[in-house]
Amino acid sequence: MGLVLPLLVFLGVTFLAPLATMLLRSVHDPVVADALPATLAALREWEGEGLPPEAVYEAAARELGSAREARTLGQVAGRVNRLQSGLRSVLTRTARDLDDVAGGPWREAMAGMDSAWVDPGTWHAIRAAGERFTARHYLNAVDMRRLPDGSVAPQPEERRIYLPLLWRTLLVSLAITVFCLILGYPIAHLIAHAPPRRGNLLLALVLVPFWTSLLVRTTSWIVLLQTQGVINDILVAIGLVGDDGRLSMVYNMTGTLVAMTHVLLPFMVLPLYSVMRSIPPLHMRAAASMGATPAQAFRRVYWPQTLPGVGAGSLLVFILAIGYYITPALVGGSSGQLISNMVAYHMQTSLNWGLAAALGALLLVGVLVLYLLYDRLVGVERMSLG
Amino acid sequence: MTGLRIGRFAHLAFCALVFIFLVAPIIVIVPLSFNAEPYFTFTEGMLRLDPAAWSLRWYREIIENEVWTRSLANSLVIGVSATVLATALGTLAALGLSSPAMPARRFITGLLISPMVTPVIISAAGMFFFYTNVGLAQTHLGLILAHATLGMPFVVITVVATLTGFDRNLTRAAASLGAGPVRIFRTVQLPLIAPGVISGALFAFATSFDEVVVVLFMGGLEQRTIPRQMWAGIREQISPAILAVATFLVVFALALLLTVEWLRRRASA
Repeated sequence: MGLVLPLLVFLGVTFLAPLATMLLRSVHDPVVADALPATLAALREWEGEGLPPEAVYEAAARELGSAREARTLGQVAGRVNRLQSGLRSVLTRTARDLDDVAGGPWREAMAGMDSAWVDPGTWHAIRAAGERFTARHYLNAVDMRRLPDGSVAPQPEERRIYLPLLWRTLLVSLAITVFCLILGYPIAHLIAHAPPRRGNLLLALVLVPFWTSLLVRTTSWIVLLQTQGVINDILVAIGLVGDDGRLSMVYNMTGTLVAMTHVLLPFMVLPLYSVMRSIPPLHMRAAASMGATPAQAFRRVYWPQTLPGVGAGSLLVFILAIGYYITPALVGGSSGQLISNMVAYHMQTSLNWGLAAALGALLLVGVLVLYLLYDRLVGVERMSLG
Repeated sequence: MTGLRIGRFAHLAFCALVFIFLVAPIIVIVPLSFNAEPYFTFTEGMLRLDPAAWSLRWYREIIENEVWTRSLANSLVIGVSATVLATALGTLAALGLSSPAMPARRFITGLLISPMVTPVIISAAGMFFFYTNVGLAQTHLGLILAHATLGMPFVVITVVATLTGFDRNLTRAAASLGAGPVRIFRTVQLPLIAPGVISGALFAFATSFDEVVVVLFMGGLEQRTIPRQMWAGIREQISPAILAVATFLVVFALALLLTVEWLRRRASA
């Protein structure tokens, strides 16, 4: 036990603490609550009907000004804006204009700056953004929203993004798993039952891509598949397609499917191979001697014995596929993106880290369930590395 | 009988196609990296084997370009440090996991291997949040720790696998002859599990040497590695210089593969 402890501590700091931070991010967002404490406290007195009392306006006017001085106004406005678009500029503009206002009544002053201040929806948005702990990122991640009266409802049809994407990710992963099985099963069989020398050579052909850099393999597929690429050139040269009819096979879903199948195929072949190698050839001969046709012998004797390998390989490929990021990002174009790419988008481009964390958490739970299943069925310590 | 023969021929033909699918994409970039023109396909001159159509210009470009040499240096520094860390901690843990007195073995093994199956985008996002909080983002140290975490499961798996065939009587014999735990490890266990340890280390190094997502999230300009540079090249403007780098990486992968296979054979012999 003492020997494992250093690594457990290391893992706790470098891996588990980061995951915990991400999970916390997905429900915890103190920015607005810290910037507008008095406004939010005053808003708590408001029933949500009509306009809030003057006290709310007074606190808001004061705190918008101090947020502007503390340079947190941009973050605050951005968060409110996510709940009701258009409010970003209202908040920043109002905070600037309020500099010139010496005293109240604040409601009239702010209403004069923007009519949004006499719209109860604005105050609902500020109140919601001010929740220190919130489920809204998760609601967002499953295409739901909270209505002003507090009830939860699905987003309107045209604004549903994440559930369709999640669904697409599952379908794509399933398709890739099936492709890998169809391509991998015959070659695993060939390698497992070849004479040792040839078997080793063929196994090396599976291991070369396994060891080759992922970026290299992805680059190769771009080179092969792009419109001015090698495959299109060959097709044009042999006259199968015209020069103006070049196929678009990359920067779309086709690119994602082809490149990911290539990348994940070794993870299917290796477990299949190790199971098949342990099946004595005698079994098939025995079946044949008792009158089974090759098809029957395969279906009733060989295939059932390979099921553990089929399960292990398929589960592993599926687990790796649903979280894949690099390949879809490079060859997927806009139609070949998966859920991981959306996490990256919210991390790097929209900077909506709470939503990125919530999407990541959902993906993490999915992978965790599959991983436990894998452990139950195969045992993680038997994960094959070629 | 002819039906059987047709079936067998179809099987072999299908397998041949799958092997081509596996290997051809990797092979095709090697000749293309010697293209004299900035194209990604075979020019007519190349197909006629005209020497003028082939050139080393892209290799010259990457060797002379400071951006690439600096990213190679970064990749090596981060990769080697992460490998040393992952190998030391992973080997110790594997020894602990293989001891019969290990409590909660299954759970802990699962935990130690989890970084390997966690989608790297999630690890990278979490690490970005956490390492930024503790001031390790955009530092070499942060990337070394992150890469060591991602590479460590491979060490645990390979060393545990080597240890399953390990005869515990050997350590008992050494102990009965008066050797302390450190001496037993150094003179009895380590030489026997060395192939597993080295394989694991190579896996860990390959992981770091090919890792781009964590670098993308956490690395600054000072931490640009080879994969990070390739990523930029593929996304922005893909030039055949990328293919020259890719060829170098293919050769590197072959060397790793041959070493690991050689070690495996030595271990099982």
